[in-house]
Amino acid sequence: MTAPVLDVQGLAFAYPDGHQALFGVDLHVHRGERVALLGPNGAGKTTLVLHLNGILAAGRGSVTVSGLPVSKEHLKEIRRRVGIVFQDPDDQLFLGTVRQDVAFGPANLGLKGAALDRRVMDALDRVGMADFVDRPPHHLSYGQRRRVAVATVLAMEPEILVLDEPSSNLDPASRRELADILRSLDVTVLMVTHDLPYALELCPRSVVLSEGVVVADRPTFDVLTDDELMAAHRLELPWGFDPRRIDSLPG
Amino acid sequence: MGAGHGHRLHFHGHSPVHRAPAHLKVLALLGFMLVVVATPRQAYALFAVEAAVLLAVIALSRVPLRYLLPRMVVEVPFVVFAALMPFIAHGPRTEVLGMTVSEPGLVAGVALLVKGTIGVLASLTLAATTEPQDLLRGLQRLRAPDLVVQIMGFMIRYLDVVTAELGRMMTALRSRGCDPRSPRHWPVLARSLGALFIRSYERGERVHLAMLSRGYDGRLPQSGEAR
Repeated sequence: MTAPVLDVQGLAFAYPDGHQALFGVDLHVHRGERVALLGPNGAGKTTLVLHLNGILAAGRGSVTVSGLPVSKEHLKEIRRRVGIVFQDPDDQLFLGTVRQDVAFGPANLGLKGAALDRRVMDALDRVGMADFVDRPPHHLSYGQRRRVAVATVLAMEPEILVLDEPSSNLDPASRRELADILRSLDVTVLMVTHDLPYALELCPRSVVLSEGVVVADRPTFDVLTDDELMAAHRLELPWGFDPRRIDSLPG
Repeated sequence: MGAGHGHRLHFHGHSPVHRAPAHLKVLALLGFMLVVVATPRQAYALFAVEAAVLLAVIALSRVPLRYLLPRMVVEVPFVVFAALMPFIAHGPRTEVLGMTVSEPGLVAGVALLVKGTIGVLASLTLAATTEPQDLLRGLQRLRAPDLVVQIMGFMIRYLDVVTAELGRMMTALRSRGCDPRSPRHWPVLARSLGALFIRSYERGERVHLAMLSRGYDGRLPQSGEAR
């Protein structure tokens, strides 16, 4: 295989208050993959995500994105390559209109005029929100805001899309629409989630993070049907959901 | 708050006053206010002219006075102060409606009231005829410090989010039998305002992270371009 899009090796990190969140994490994501990052609350998932684009700096170990190490001098390029969609769209959408918000990233990369406009409309098209381009973000529904938040990151044409809890607070229809959108995108995806059926639906492969280390890296179906592993790491399927009873999974 | 949607102070319209460039309106308001403040206290004829100019602009903007007047409650503290002045100021006394009041106090109070009212009404007219986003762009064009414009932009954007959060906290308090209006529950109210501050502060940090993740380097891209 070619060099992984995302290559995390032996990553350890402790917060300034002494609390150690990561104890040597190894993770590789290859081009075109969709990988779920599972784990109980407090497992270090968010801490790991914040290392991927250099918001937090590794205490030990390294993060490499398509061959480029995450370090101070490459931050700008790293942040273009790694697009993070945060959990609360209100944190991500901070300007007056959807257009300004989607343009924020590419404009920071130096795009201007018609090229910028094309990039914005293209990203909004991909999430089906082109009709809302001149609306203020806080007047959209939660599901629409989540989709615009995805567009703000797509507009930077990232090599890997990192989603933090993409299905949280969405109604079932919005949740399904977002799944359709994510499946239609031709990008590498790392998805942090507690929504195990969603992980099974979207991601062929799952990585389980628990207490700061990777405890499993296997096909999602195998993870969800390994009762011992699930119980040991506070992972639970919703009541009545049994992966074994699903005949075929959508590609 | 952008196109196609009004802020609480904004009155949607297409009058010449609405269409005028925002930076000109800001300059006009500033100039007008300087003139009003500089008008001598007892030049009542001049005040009448200034008020007439203002009312003419309002008439031209077709914003109904019924819309502007209720929003003038922000002036109340000044009105109270102006009303007190004749009673607390020193100097020669005079009779008004059977009450003995200070004459310089009376003059100062009336002048404060007139100047304040004209000022508030003029500012409300600007707010009613200018979208907040245009106002920001106008300030940018006037070379207002970038940081100040950014801070104002975020204030406008997050005012609704924070107000909604406060509303939810109040609802949660009420649901548990607390009446935020009763002084007995003011300590609880104060603590929840503190919590709101912390939450807003933390949200500010998360917004900043999200901005850094998209390559923010201290300057917002010229938002006017992407229109």
